[in-house]
Amino acid sequence: MALINTRISVPTQAQANTLVEIKTLVSHPMESGYRIDYMGEMIPRNILTRFTCEYLGQPVIEAEFGPGIAANPFMAFNLLATTTGELVFTWTDQHGEVSTETRTLLVVDP
Amino acid sequence: MQRRSLIGYAAGSLLISLLPLSLSAAARQTLETVYGNAEFNTDRVTLKLPALAENGSSVPLSVSVDSPMTDVDHVSEIRLFAEKNPVPEIARYRLFAASGKASISTRIRLSDTQVITAVARMNDNSLWVARGKIVVTLAACIEPLL
Amino acid sequence: MRSHGLLLLAAVWLSASLSGHLGAAEPRSGYAFQSSDTQTLQDDDFQNPGMLWVDQGEVLFQTAAGGSGKACVDCHKDMQGVARSFPQRNPDTGQLMSLTQQIQHCRTTHQQATPIRYESTPALALSAYIGYQSTGLPFAPVPASLAIELERGEAYYYQRKGQLNLGCQHCHEDSVGEMLRGDKISQGHGNGYPIYRLEWQSAGSLHRRLRSCDIGVRAQPHQLGSQTYTEVELFLRQRAGSLPLEVPAVRR
Repeated sequence: MALINTRISVPTQAQANTLVEIKTLVSHPMESGYRIDYMGEMIPRNILTRFTCEYLGQPVIEAEFGPGIAANPFMAFNLLATTTGELVFTWTDQHGEVSTETRTLLVVDP
Repeated sequence: MQRRSLIGYAAGSLLISLLPLSLSAAARQTLETVYGNAEFNTDRVTLKLPALAENGSSVPLSVSVDSPMTDVDHVSEIRLFAEKNPVPEIARYRLFAASGKASISTRIRLSDTQVITAVARMNDNSLWVARGKIVVTLAACIEPLL
Repeated sequence: MRSHGLLLLAAVWLSASLSGHLGAAEPRSGYAFQSSDTQTLQDDDFQNPGMLWVDQGEVLFQTAAGGSGKACVDCHKDMQGVARSFPQRNPDTGQLMSLTQQIQHCRTTHQQATPIRYESTPALALSAYIGYQSTGLPFAPVPASLAIELERGEAYYYQRKGQLNLGCQHCHEDSVGEMLRGDKISQGHGNGYPIYRLEWQSAGSLHRRLRSCDIGVRAQPHQLGSQTYTEVELFLRQRAGSLPLEVPAVRR
């Protein structure tokens, strides 16, 4: 199931060798597989299973999600800004479908 | 009455896990399955979650580890466990020196009042742990899903 | 502890009497009855999950649809303050319509596009986006031309219903601030819709919430988009008084 919507928070610019906080919020039901619908049937599991963020081609975080991650998953994490470069965000769901977003992090000298 | 007002007071406040919480049998089993008989150290991991969750569907959680995050000394992995959830492992995060800081915030789903365990593994394979107890209350007017 | 129990009872009775009927009290948003974590989530412009629907609504508002080849923005340049005046009488049909019903109507009549369901993602997204343009503003006063519909909405509100035989006022006026299991009962205003409800793990409309209230008292719920609920929505608009809209609100 492709992501309907993603919100990504990246600062407009960062100083070299400083910490940057990245936040993501994505639209996904993260159906746990334990809910019962109005007919009494269990709704099948449908979750995002993996998330990675790469900066300058290297991972800064690799996450694996279980059904215990809340719907419309939010995540905040950090990276060390070094030089201006691309951030690549990749989400994979349990069916193997991949969604990608990219952003540019502008890094300036202090 | 007293307990109620205490919970009320704590509700919404963040509980930093310095409390020595004992492991339930379920938690013990989960950790044993994942980590075997490894030793757990304390004090470097900080787990923040509310003392009381209004709704178990979406509970804010943050975990951070005191680490310089250099090539030679960094957190390689943080795993979160909810002992009473049908699938105890909530998430697994792999980190790198490039992460800069071992600090993650997210929102989790909890089935019941329980203890959450965060385990951090360092690049030297040492394990560090923090725990937090959270009370999960039930909503009243639960309607069938559309 | 008997004495503690009596003290508790007295405290609850006292607070109930003081909060009492809405007429005596200032209207208070449902926001005030959420935990501080939930309030923080609503206040966080980035993290508020309802904003996912607002974002999507913004895109849909600018996307051409249907045989007309028009996007909403082609006719509606500025939507600020628009949501405050709903429900209102539609000039084409003469019918009272909620914002969502108006969106559905525009889509089929003016855009000549396929109809969208009341609780569908596009309907929630568009009503969230349009509602967001009115956040911070109070509802507009209900005009005299809607007096009949207003009266019907009010009558439904105060009507005892269901197996539990309760009217809305029994919770939302007589028991405000009291706990119903884990729920702290609010005054039941409609100023945050569509809300992101943690229980639903999704955004949802006021009609959906009214359905769950009716189910809660074991009454026969009405359809989403029913005239009954739109009239109740009209009454709630008046009842909210000067409360500002806060779309998208986050509720438990």
